[in-house]
Amino acid sequence: MNTEHYLTLSALLFTIGATGVLVRRNAIVVFMSVELMLNATNLAFVSFSRAHGQLDGQVAAFFVMVVAAAEVVVGLAIIVAIFRSRRSASVDDASLLKY
Amino acid sequence: MIAFWVLAPLMVVAALGMVLVRKAVHSALLLAVVMVSLAVLYAAQEAPFLFAVQIIVYTGAILMLFLFVLMLVGVDSSDSVVETIPGQRLAATAVGLLFGLLLVLGVAQATLSASVGLGEANADGNVDALATLLFGRYILAFEITSALLITAAMGAMVLAHRERLSPKQRQSDFAAQRMRDYAESGKHPGPLPVPGVYARHNAVDTPALLPDGSPSSISVSRSLQSRGLVRTSSPTDVERTTAELDAALDPDAPSAGHVERGSGR
Repeated sequence: MNTEHYLTLSALLFTIGATGVLVRRNAIVVFMSVELMLNATNLAFVSFSRAHGQLDGQVAAFFVMVVAAAEVVVGLAIIVAIFRSRRSASVDDASLLKY
Repeated sequence: MIAFWVLAPLMVVAALGMVLVRKAVHSALLLAVVMVSLAVLYAAQEAPFLFAVQIIVYTGAILMLFLFVLMLVGVDSSDSVVETIPGQRLAATAVGLLFGLLLVLGVAQATLSASVGLGEANADGNVDALATLLFGRYILAFEITSALLITAAMGAMVLAHRERLSPKQRQSDFAAQRMRDYAESGKHPGPLPVPGVYARHNAVDTPALLPDGSPSSISVSRSLQSRGLVRTSSPTDVERTTAELDAALDPDAPSAGHVERGSGR
């Protein structure tokens, strides 16, 4: 199995995630899209790790997972806090700094 | 090989569905499909440790967290169709398509040497080799990760914590409030009547009957009333119930003529 195929799949998933961040309004779905982008980069890391015959890529993917877990915990706590104060999970409603 | 060609289209379709479906719960489930498929691809690429971590951490922990928050925020909070910036959705899709084209073309242009494979690096087992790296060359990053995790846990606790703005109501406070209501508005201080008292059925949707035979509206749940599921009762229910009870207790007695006894069953 060629590395190029995995990289193409990774690029496609990353693109879908990036488009999701731009298109969706629900903060939770935006977070899921960010997770999809992180997973896509993990796939690229693992593919390169096998292509080069070294495990450093897998260690990098492992660290990405750790950081993603921390990011999700804090991000979802922020979403819950915003939802409590303004009863909405839409990113358009959190626009107080605009005015 | 086969795993890739089966899973890759599935993953792309599931990822597209995740972005396109309106309900957030469906998005979360489609993301689970992508993540489990990704775990299988890790296993196919000689990364068994990451396969397990992907399933345990991502599908097990992170997605469950997503689902918890979705249930907390409200399952039916779907996106609004109104665009805040006009044409933003179209422009974002165009940018996404161009970006994807750029990435795929870039990957296609690159010439990569033949894949070396991890047979040599994984000679002692994947987990052992990763542990040697993690606690050797990457020990500093690993230690800093612990600080990150503790900070994240503290941050989540601080963000999700809610200060109590009013003192907690205790049982004596509730009792005093009930007596105050009774003194001021005459509201009955005791518990509400249970459904079905003196009625022909004791189901929750049957209102209790007052001594004059009229149904008591406070005896059935308000949500049942708003849904229109309350069973109707007629003023003759008391007499019919009395007759039925008497017939059951005393088979010899006539089944009619108990009207004068009223509801004193």
